[in-house]
Amino acid sequence: MSSNNGPKRDFIDPHDLAEPFESNNGIVNWMESRLPIISLVYNAGFSFPSPRNLNYFWTFGMILSFMLVFQLATGIVLVMHYTPHVDMAFASVEHIMRDVNYGWLLRYAHANGASFFFIAVYIHMIRGLYYGSYKAPREVLWIIGVAIYLAMMATGFMGYVLPWGQMSLWGVTVITNLFSALPLIGEPLVTLLWGGFSVDNPTLNRFFSLHYLLPFVIAGLVALHIWALHVPGNNNPLGIDVKGKQDTLSFWPYYQIKDMFALVLFLIVFMGFVFYAPNMLGHPDNYIEANPMQTPPHIVPEWYYLPFYAILRSVPDILFIPAKLGGVIAMFGAIAIWALMPWLDTSRVRSSRFRPVWRWFVFIFLADMLVLGWLGAQVPNDVLVLIGQLCTIYYFAFFLIIMPVMGLIEKPKPLPTSIADEVLGGAAAPDGAAAAQEKRG
Amino acid sequence: MTADNTQSAHGHDEDVTRRDILYVGTAAFAAVGGGAAVWPLVDQMNPDASTLALASTEVNLSAITEGQSVTIMWRGTPVFVRHRTAAEIEEARAVPMGDLPDPQADDERVQKPEWLIMRAICTHLGCVPLGEQGDFNGWFCPCHGSHYDTAGRIRKGPAPKNLEVPPYEFLSDSVIKIG
Repeated sequence: MSSNNGPKRDFIDPHDLAEPFESNNGIVNWMESRLPIISLVYNAGFSFPSPRNLNYFWTFGMILSFMLVFQLATGIVLVMHYTPHVDMAFASVEHIMRDVNYGWLLRYAHANGASFFFIAVYIHMIRGLYYGSYKAPREVLWIIGVAIYLAMMATGFMGYVLPWGQMSLWGVTVITNLFSALPLIGEPLVTLLWGGFSVDNPTLNRFFSLHYLLPFVIAGLVALHIWALHVPGNNNPLGIDVKGKQDTLSFWPYYQIKDMFALVLFLIVFMGFVFYAPNMLGHPDNYIEANPMQTPPHIVPEWYYLPFYAILRSVPDILFIPAKLGGVIAMFGAIAIWALMPWLDTSRVRSSRFRPVWRWFVFIFLADMLVLGWLGAQVPNDVLVLIGQLCTIYYFAFFLIIMPVMGLIEKPKPLPTSIADEVLGGAAAPDGAAAAQEKRG
Repeated sequence: MTADNTQSAHGHDEDVTRRDILYVGTAAFAAVGGGAAVWPLVDQMNPDASTLALASTEVNLSAITEGQSVTIMWRGTPVFVRHRTAAEIEEARAVPMGDLPDPQADDERVQKPEWLIMRAICTHLGCVPLGEQGDFNGWFCPCHGSHYDTAGRIRKGPAPKNLEVPPYEFLSDSVIKIG
């Protein structure tokens, strides 16, 4: 029997490259022998060896953690002034805006915070797509990320209902009606979701409850996501494995400071919206109180759902599947398919930097998403529906055809031998930064 | 252990022990008990008694003149009550069944031909259609472009079904009860 009873791995555990936690402080050691939480924080958040070539796209993990805490903090205080009842919800939001001390700031920060949370998560996901962060051994890490994204979608959707404006009511009416497309269980399921025969007070109450709950579920998923990250460590722009200590820098101070600098830049843009364009990402109809007798002329979801809304509307009747059901399947399938990416991508080269043909398909995919996003906000006509169908076809072909086939036929560029060789030039000894890191210990 | 399992797989009854019965019995009770405990947590989401109590509405038809529509609130959603003109009734009756995605004759949708009563909920995704609009002089849904005819039947667009006719009865010649 070996003393190491962990599973076999074909990669280095990055924590093995760091100096073990040590302390001369008696109180610290007393605590460590009972609950080793100080060494846990030190090993995970300070000494953690990370690839030395991480670029600014790798700062969005930290930015997203910040945004989650930011949304929790602003949300919890907004709840102290909000009333979840159809007769009072709209007025209580205006009460927050006009009467509550700094209420306008808290509400605008929370509403725009949702948008910036999504901006950050989209950049984070595109980073993972481009640099192949979903490939072995990070499949589980990626799938947990997809689950976090789904939970974010649900949270954002339910949060948009709470102000009880026209877009709140009709947006939720349209989206919950999607479930009625399911055979047999559809209608009873929608009645169960609504708690009535239309979107009404019971619906508002339960969405409020779930909007409060889900961020804590997300926090739990984030803990799993970070745990899964710490098993193989970060991917990096070269997409090759860390081979030894020379390929890494410790998380503190190098990446913590870099992350904080990126966060400051991100917050400048975010606060620019909060103070100077707080309603730009919202819809003016949501300043009209919800009216179940009148539908607004044009219903638009929040911007972060638009590409999927466009896919939903693009699907026609196909064989025995009616358009309504087909659209729902396509919309949820468009997100579910991400979870299969580790197996749909047959290339073992992670970074698109070394995949000269594939990377252009990635760029086209990003353009495709932007076009779908634009289409989702338009009133459909025959031409736009056709464009939407072409974009939807490319969307699925990207995952189901291009992704597996390119891995088989594309000839990748030669990979660098190691991160240190590529970044430091030749087999150079650790430079000043790395030497400083050694002294710090 | 392995040898025992192989034997029991061959179906010797004496290998089913008292302990196996206890395991299966415990698991079965736990499953039923778990389901019974979870059901109230799910069923509380279904419509409650106060919502169900609002399930019927009476409408006086005498004030609605020919060619006029009114919108009534029933179960929290709008219902159209339309006093159809003779031309509209004629138009609805003249449509061949083959032109209808959800075939239904005009007289299956009304109790008295001049009174068309339907839920004002587009069968696509639940928006409220606009009256006397669209390509078939009936209703038009602004959300995703569904056109309904003068009998509220779907003719064009993404909606799969005709506008739903709610249960209603004539209490007298001029009063109906919806629900």
